[in-house]
Amino acid sequence: MFSYCSDPETLGSFGWFSCYLTTGVHMSFYLSFIKVLLLLAVTAPVALGVGFWGAMSARSRIIPLSWVGKTYIALVRGVPDIAFFLFFVIALDQAFEWTRHKILCPDWDQPIRQGADFLVCTQAKLPLGSAPQWVHESYGFSLAVITFAIVFGAFAANVLYGAMRAVPREQIETAEAYGMTHAQAFWRILVPQMWVYALPGLSNLWMVLIKATPLLFLLGIEDIVYWARELGGTKTPKFTSYPHGDWRMWYFLFLLVFYLAFTRVSEVVLERLMGRLTHGQATSGGEAQRKAAV
Amino acid sequence: MKKLILGTAILALSAGLAWADTVRMGTEGAYPPYNFINDAGEVDGFEREVGDELCACAGLTCEWVKNDWDSIIPNLVSGNYDTIIAGMSITAERDEVIDFTQNYVPPSASAYVATSEGVDLKGGVIAAQTATIQAGFVAESGATLVEFATPEETIAAVRNGEADAVLADKDYLAPLVEESAGALMFVGPDVPLGGGVGMGLRESDTELRDKFDAAITSMKADGSLNKLLVKWFGEDTATY
Repeated sequence: MFSYCSDPETLGSFGWFSCYLTTGVHMSFYLSFIKVLLLLAVTAPVALGVGFWGAMSARSRIIPLSWVGKTYIALVRGVPDIAFFLFFVIALDQAFEWTRHKILCPDWDQPIRQGADFLVCTQAKLPLGSAPQWVHESYGFSLAVITFAIVFGAFAANVLYGAMRAVPREQIETAEAYGMTHAQAFWRILVPQMWVYALPGLSNLWMVLIKATPLLFLLGIEDIVYWARELGGTKTPKFTSYPHGDWRMWYFLFLLVFYLAFTRVSEVVLERLMGRLTHGQATSGGEAQRKAAV
Repeated sequence: MKKLILGTAILALSAGLAWADTVRMGTEGAYPPYNFINDAGEVDGFEREVGDELCACAGLTCEWVKNDWDSIIPNLVSGNYDTIIAGMSITAERDEVIDFTQNYVPPSASAYVATSEGVDLKGGVIAAQTATIQAGFVAESGATLVEFATPEETIAAVRNGEADAVLADKDYLAPLVEESAGALMFVGPDVPLGGGVGMGLRESDTELRDKFDAAITSMKADGSLNKLLVKWFGEDTATY
């Protein structure tokens, strides 16, 4: 990175660290923080969307749809996360490849499963074997987003389902008395009011999601935990210009600080959001706000 | 929001149509001198050089992929990459699931490393990396086996006293013992294990295996493999 870094052995400790912390591997380490934040930024709204869909179908008046919603919630909530992550991602990937195989190579005569091998024609590979590494990584990342969204969507669905039922029945009755249709009452009266009931549960989920990001490593994505372990490991002078002992403790300490700081920021933001949502609501929080303002 | 998921799925389903002969080489990146990540963040080491040369020799375009050791075989058979080139010893158990090329590292010794002499290698606690031939050997030797996901952790376990000794490839341990300034030492006799290190491929991929086999044969014949062995493992290493 810096011009004086060509011979690190001669440097003082400040110079040495300035070189050490700016090597290519460390850049990958910093990049992995962005990956994790990006995953959270994408997954949270998608999971919320899935959760909203789940809650809507669970309370649907169409019985089969309601079964679908309730089964989804019960099934995903019941299966351990790790089992889901290990099984589902491979299954999803193979399902994609199988579909593409059927479409792109109709005249393929060999079986797809040969012993332990899962074989599809070259054109059906996902991503293609010739695709650059970043495509493979983005693909893995998308699989991770889908998996996280489905897992956390189920929990969010349950929270939202409860929140929808917590909105006082009188509110809906009033809406109906004004002549609103079922859909109008749902979107105009129920949904705006349910968030205040959903937020404590959703904020919990957000915290759990933050802490669940190291599961990314199970999906083959090089996240911050992978790099902390890799960079902190003992380095002998034969293979690096920056030899050091077992520094994993310091790297993991840094991760600890990162996660703690991140949860603290989330707490502050969620608290503000709660204040906003409580405003004008027929809850004890809303009542307290009203009295304080008077 | 549903559009987002749909978008992801469509993106996933609609990759381009052109494809070429790119071979994806799967490695661990945590086992110097065989393979490791260098300061620039790239895969480096003996196998990087051998692999690149083999690909040039066989006229293939190769790309390097990192994968955790634990899941390195499952990801090969499900097609995430095409070869394993990660210091993997050729054993009968592995040969049932995947295919190997001929070895490109002659059968070499594994060794025990401990912090002091006189460790009970038959009845003590021995660390080894999960799913390695060394782990299998320790389990059968009567000692208590503690397994770790990465080689680094097996060494750390010996340093902090969690394990009495570690069993691993001698080539991996030698630089660590050298650098430890007496804190670590080889104990007991060397243990010959495995049938040398070979490249792992899917059983159905016989064409690719033949290509690499031929390339290895030619590298053995012209002495270029020996040069790399000496460069990475030192003068005393076994050559062809």
